[in-house]
This record gives sequence, C-alpha cells and structure tokens, in this order.
Amino acid sequence: MHKRINLSAMVAVFVIIFLYLPITAVVGLSFNQSSNSLIWKGFSLDWYKTIWSNEPIMSSFQRTIFVAVVTTILSLVIGTTISIGLNKLKAGGFLRTFSTAPAIVPDLVLAIGLLTTFSVISMSLSLTTVIISHTVFCTAFVVAVVLARIGLIDPSIEEASTDLGASAIKTLFKITIPQLMPSLIAGAVLSFTLSMDEFVIAFFTNGPETPTLPMVIYSMIRFGVTPEINVLGTLLLVISFVGVILAQRIGKVADSI
Amino acid sequence: MVKSGGSKTSRHLGWAWASPGLIFLTLFAAIPVLSMLFMSVLTAGRFGGVTTPINFDNFSRATDPIFVKVIINSLLIASATAILSLLIGFPTALFISRLSRKWQVILIVAIILPYWTNFLVRTYAWLVLLNNEGIINKFLRNIGLIDKPIEMLYTPAAVIVGMTYLYLPLMILPIYAALEKVDKNLTEAAFDLGSSAWKSLRTISIPLAMPGILIGFIFVFVPSLGNFVVPELLGGGKTVMIGNLVRDQFLKARDWPFGATFALILALILVVLISIQSYVSKRVNVNA
Repeated sequence: MHKRINLSAMVAVFVIIFLYLPITAVVGLSFNQSSNSLIWKGFSLDWYKTIWSNEPIMSSFQRTIFVAVVTTILSLVIGTTISIGLNKLKAGGFLRTFSTAPAIVPDLVLAIGLLTTFSVISMSLSLTTVIISHTVFCTAFVVAVVLARIGLIDPSIEEASTDLGASAIKTLFKITIPQLMPSLIAGAVLSFTLSMDEFVIAFFTNGPETPTLPMVIYSMIRFGVTPEINVLGTLLLVISFVGVILAQRIGKVADSI
Repeated sequence: MVKSGGSKTSRHLGWAWASPGLIFLTLFAAIPVLSMLFMSVLTAGRFGGVTTPINFDNFSRATDPIFVKVIINSLLIASATAILSLLIGFPTALFISRLSRKWQVILIVAIILPYWTNFLVRTYAWLVLLNNEGIINKFLRNIGLIDKPIEMLYTPAAVIVGMTYLYLPLMILPIYAALEKVDKNLTEAAFDLGSSAWKSLRTISIPLAMPGILIGFIFVFVPSLGNFVVPELLGGGKTVMIGNLVRDQFLKARDWPFGATFALILALILVVLISIQSYVSKRVNVNA
C-alpha cells in the first residue's frame, strides 16, 4: 500500500513542480537587471519602471481592459436574460445546448466564422468586432453558470412579489437578481478573465491599428525572450491570481447572504 | 401556483426574455460557424473573400500528401499530449483524492491557479526554460552533465510538453471529480481482503475514474488539435498542425474556402471523437 501511495505522491510532487517552475522562472527573471534576460546580473526593478513608459504596451493594456469590461457587461445582460427566458419556457435540451455551445466550439472555428461573417456584412475589423466576438462565447459561459442556479429558485417567491403588487421590474431587481447573485459574480469574473486573456479570436477579428495586450505579447514573443515580457507576464500572473482569489472570497460571501 | 391561463402568458414572457439573446447568438455564433463550414465548397475570390462556383475541389486539394501528413501529425501530437497528461494526471488526481478534505482543496486550487494565467505567458515560459541558453541547459551544464546545450526548443517534443503544460489541469480536474466520489472504504476493503495495490487500482480506481478520464482526454485533445500558437512558438514553424494551415490560408494565402475546408476537417474529427467518448462513457456507466 505504501509503495503505491509513494509513487502517486512522487508524481503529484513532480506535477506541482512542473506547473510552477516555468512561471516562477518568468517571475524571477522579471527582476533581472540584465537586458539579456537569460543572464542573471542582479536584482532590479528597472524593467518595471520602463514598462509604464512603453506606449504600445500601455495603450494595448487599456484596450484590453476596455474590451473586457464592455464584454462582461454585455455578456451578463444577454446571458441572464436568456437564462430567465429559458427557465420560464422550461426549455429543453436544444435551446440550452444552443446557448452554451459557443463555449465548447473550438476558438479557431468560431474565430474564422466570425471573421467571414464580418466580411460578408462589410463590417470593418475594430475593437467593436472583438467585443461582439468575445460577447458570443462569454454569454455562453454566463448562461451555463446562471442556468445551473436559476432552476433552484422557488418560483412562488416571484409570484408572491407580483401578487403583492410589485411591478415586474421591481420583482426582477428585488427578488430574482439578488437570488442569482453568486452565479452573476461567477459569470462576471469568468467573462472578464476569459476576455482579458483571449488571443485566438481577437487575433482574427481585430483590426491592425488597435492591438489588444495578448496580440502585443504574441508579436513580442515571436522575437524571442525579452525583459519586457517577463515583467508583463508577472503582472498578468498577479492580476489573474488576485482575481481568482477575490472571486472565491466574494463567491463565499454572496453564497452566505 | 400556475393558473390555467398562466402557462401561456409565461411562455410569451419566456420568449420575450430569451429571444433578443437567442437572436444575437444566432447571428454571431450559429450563422458564422455554419456558413464557415459551408464555405469549404466555394471558391476563393481573386482579392480574398469568396465567390459562388460550388464544387468539391477543396476536398481533393486537401488530400494532397503534404496536407494529409499535417493532419496525421496533428492527430499524433494531440494524442501524445492527451496521453502524457493522462499518465501524470491520473496518479496526481488519485493522490489528491486520498488526502484530507482541507489538503484536497489546497492542491486543487494550486493546480487550477496556473491555468488562469495568460496562455501566451505560459507558453512563453517554456521558451525561457528550453532555450539553448535557457535555465535547463544552464543547469545541466553547471552540474557537468553536458558540455554543449541540448537542442530542446523547436522540436515536436517541445510542442507536446508545452501543450501538456497548458492543458494538464483539464485532465486532473475531471479525474479527481470522479475519484473523489469513490467510497474510500472500497479500496480499503480491497486491501483488507488481500488485494494487491495494482489489482485494486485496476479493478476499482481505474473503472470508477473512467468517465473522468474520458472527459479529461477530450478536454486536452480538443484545444491541442486546433492550436496554432504553440506549434509556432515552441515548434519554431517546423511542426505544422491543422491550426497553422487554417491560419495561413486565412491570413497569408487569403484562400478562405480552402482554410474553411481544414476547419471543417478539424470540426469533423472533434465530432467523431466526442461521439466515441459519449458512447464509451454510456457503456462504462451501464457496466458500473
């Protein structure tokens, strides 16, 4: 018995090292003084200072945040309305699968499909087309998360609210949305992170003048290892880690309400 | 209570809520994906875009040995990635599922956390490690194991390791979810009754984990097969996969119908695979 536990424990330890060694190397090298980022010359924060004055990186970062924020809002609204509707319709398998399918379709297939569609309707590629494209798959994630919870809500509470004279809008904001809150938060965090990190779909549906951060990182990586990417990678890592941990905390608080 | 006339009103209300969103998804998900798949029978326009003559030329073009080789190569690399992920993912999930509740949560979070970081950054990290001047080569040289660097980057192996790194959590999570439900008393009883470690693994843990293993396999295989970034960055353009063909036909050769043909092939492979998965997992469930 002990022999086997030891073998699987060894593999598990290996896996943890395998998962953390590469990103630790990036974080470590981001504090490297040397401009040849693979040779360690001593600790320094210089590259963190230069990144703030790097115009292409900073403006692409702003675009990425803009796209992620708008995508999150749109996906939450569209995903929640679809979920409320499907729940009222007691819709069966097809409409549910239809609304969650964009989350499963390979990103490359969705990307070239959207590129073709935008070209057919002569819509020029810009941040707008990226936002539409991101909203498509983020909506699917929101529907998946919200539908999982909305079925558990007791419809008699909404009916009581209406019977007592509350308007439909008041019932929505006072009864339905508060009860959906944990899944709305989960959907928002999912949408924001997925949109912020998304590369393949943005690569195909974005115009050349308005690159998002992943597109800038992609073109930088193609030229090899540079100190700027180490710093950017570290910053993105910190943002994602903080985001995930915050989402878990908020999720717990919202669940307890 | 739903009143007698209420169900009809609630149906109208339901459609009123759902239809704007459903129309959005029809316009920007269903139509794009379906028309893209249909596009493979069209012809490339002279200045990009597509024109009407409908024929199956693209499919006969796609059977050129060069492209067949790429498709087989992609299948091999995606399979190798899924198998490697399974080989290290299964023992890890097994180990975690036997820990105390608190440690299970800690380790599962530790395994998901890297997955939430940007995938370009995670791919880039392997450039840092595998480079001729990179950390692994330097380490091996410093301990005197090698005197000149091992060429690790820009090989199919680098692509497989890189994609395993990207998608390993997607293998571990479903297997862990399946194993976590297993009654621990079951394996303990097997030991008490004198069953060997390997036998209890083979007769209890692996069959019970099978639905998770199948899902994990799909979760790793699907994004690996369509990936064009990792083959480019870690394979150095020497390892060409279906995704690279699609990308190049769309953005370089500007032959969209031909690119769509490869996307259709990609989609068909995935549909076949997912059908096999759901068939096998139904049979597994019946047997269990």
